[in-house]
Amino acid sequence: MSAAQKTMEHTVSFDLGAAPLRELNATLQGLDSTTNQTAWSVLNPRGGHAIAVGLTAPVTVTIEGHAGYYCAGMNDGATVIVNGSAGTGVAENMMSGLVHVKGDVSQSAGATAHGGLLIVDGNASARCGISMKGVNIVVKGNVGHMSAFMAQSGNLVICGDAGEALGDSLYEARLFVKGSVKSLGADCEVKEMSAEDKTILVDLLAKAGVDAKPEEFTRYGSARKLYNFHVDNAGAY
Amino acid sequence: MNETHLPHIPQTKPRYSATFDPYTISEIERAAATGIYDIRGGGTKRKLPHFDDLVFLGASVSRYPLEGYREKCGTDVVLGTRFAKKPIHLKTPVTIAGMSFGALSGNAKEALGRGATAVGTSTTTGDGGMTPEERGHSQTLVYQYLPSRYGMNLADLRKADAIEVVIGQGAKPGGGGMLLGQKISDRVAQMRNLPKGIDQRSACRHPDWTGPDDLEIKILELRELTNWEKPIYVKVGATRPYYDTALAVKAGADVVVLDGMQGGTAATQEVFIEHVGIPILAAIRPAVQALQDLGLHRKVQLIVSGGIRNGADVAKAMALGADAVAIGTAALIALGDNSPEFEDEYRKLGTTAGAYDDWHEGKDPAGITTQDPALAARLDPVKAGRRLANYLSVLTLEAQTLARACGKSHLHNLEPEDLVALTIEAAAMAQVPLAGTSWIPGKNF
Repeated sequence: MSAAQKTMEHTVSFDLGAAPLRELNATLQGLDSTTNQTAWSVLNPRGGHAIAVGLTAPVTVTIEGHAGYYCAGMNDGATVIVNGSAGTGVAENMMSGLVHVKGDVSQSAGATAHGGLLIVDGNASARCGISMKGVNIVVKGNVGHMSAFMAQSGNLVICGDAGEALGDSLYEARLFVKGSVKSLGADCEVKEMSAEDKTILVDLLAKAGVDAKPEEFTRYGSARKLYNFHVDNAGAY
Repeated sequence: MNETHLPHIPQTKPRYSATFDPYTISEIERAAATGIYDIRGGGTKRKLPHFDDLVFLGASVSRYPLEGYREKCGTDVVLGTRFAKKPIHLKTPVTIAGMSFGALSGNAKEALGRGATAVGTSTTTGDGGMTPEERGHSQTLVYQYLPSRYGMNLADLRKADAIEVVIGQGAKPGGGGMLLGQKISDRVAQMRNLPKGIDQRSACRHPDWTGPDDLEIKILELRELTNWEKPIYVKVGATRPYYDTALAVKAGADVVVLDGMQGGTAATQEVFIEHVGIPILAAIRPAVQALQDLGLHRKVQLIVSGGIRNGADVAKAMALGADAVAIGTAALIALGDNSPEFEDEYRKLGTTAGAYDDWHEGKDPAGITTQDPALAARLDPVKAGRRLANYLSVLTLEAQTLARACGKSHLHNLEPEDLVALTIEAAAMAQVPLAGTSWIPGKNF
């Protein structure tokens, strides 16, 4: 028996066409850090919402198809792979772990996420990384408008183009864009790529399997002019 | 003719304009000097139609009362009976509204937990997350799920007894929030993942959903995250209460929280506080009507807030159809906010006890709306918690007194027919007859 076959034998399949979402999530949420059932496969997701949310065990869950809203929401330690596309709010408020979407994602990907890594092989819609609070996000394609809106900390790597108002009202998150930016939002500006930035970017590109050099990216960050309200900036709010 | 013998000509006294009154003039002067709008805490200060404009019709020949010190009048309430596996059981229907650590000191949050727990009711987190002290001192804790998601995390979500999805609040429906830099201590900054000392904005919309259809999916996610155990509240500022209630119910809420424009805030523009939203008196009946039209009155519970001050307000809100009420400003006053004890210090801040509302500045002499360690240390959470417990007990006793006078063996048995209005406005808003008549403006002519 080959290693691949062995791995397949140890994968527990869960068919969402035959059992309800509650049963899937309760099963996955019930796993603890010592479980030896570390590989799970979800069949027939059919765009369902809230699949594999709130996981805390270090398991790998592979969703075989498209997922709806909030896939892997509040993930805290698991690896969730979507062999398809995902709807609004994938990996929202993730605390730690890895979420990898092989297709495209809808709006608000990685919203408010505190930690972990979100990889999107395709494109991300509007507000990618909105209010992100420490997560790392790598989008291999393009991102939509208002991405990184009020992004607080963490890193957003965009290998394609960014839509309008990138980084509007940005706090301390780092943005890296390889392609073009349609427009910058209020208080977002081009920054010099520091050595620390480059190290972070190289690491994230490697983790996401992106063959690109950091020199090809432009670093954006907060101008910090809106950090404290001042009447002279009223027009920017 | 000698000038000293001129006849006395009476002079008119200085007359202030009703439109340009002294306060208005001072605000124009302040705006002209600074170029920025006024920010303050609290709720609307203008006089509005309110519960004082209603009175109970005590029992008489047609109805008989219950003996005040002998016959039972229940006050308990169960919240979250629609879908949650673990509904909340409270001994009194007076709950503590959401107020954040950040806006309030740690001692103040602890005192709120202590006071609420002592009388068997719930307290609520705010924008900024859940602190261990708050969880530890609150037997029943509602965890707010706000647009900013400051401090939001899975572990705390699962520690909560209920989850309140905040769409808006009465002081600023449609508005976000701002915690000014002077209140951002190291701990507050750490909890919110933001640099110390900067103004922290709280968004007015949730980052990952818009509209009632999305809300339904968000509520599904929250239930899936918490094993369908926690009651899910949806809080709205009172603006369009009929439709907002109906849509919250449609989205799957277990409990609707309706906050009138008298409801307080930690910091918002004065113009927003005074000019957006409707009084709670005008909001309750449409919300109840929505629940009744859906066949879900008492099945989806309704909590109302905004200007609840005494047991009469509690009883009147419940007679109009609420299942429970929430207090915020009154709870802070019970803790010691605006106490005459600190009059000298209020004067130094340019105000006076009873009018202090610069809660956003972090200079609260009472140690409640501050993150200054020296000021915060002034509030003894044990003593302040006891004051709050006493106050909550009085609210409950007063509401029971009024309910018994109406012949009701439980606060939930109070009904609109127990009330009449003293003004046409209140009669129209509360949809009860003008006292001495059978006239309900808008209902019969």
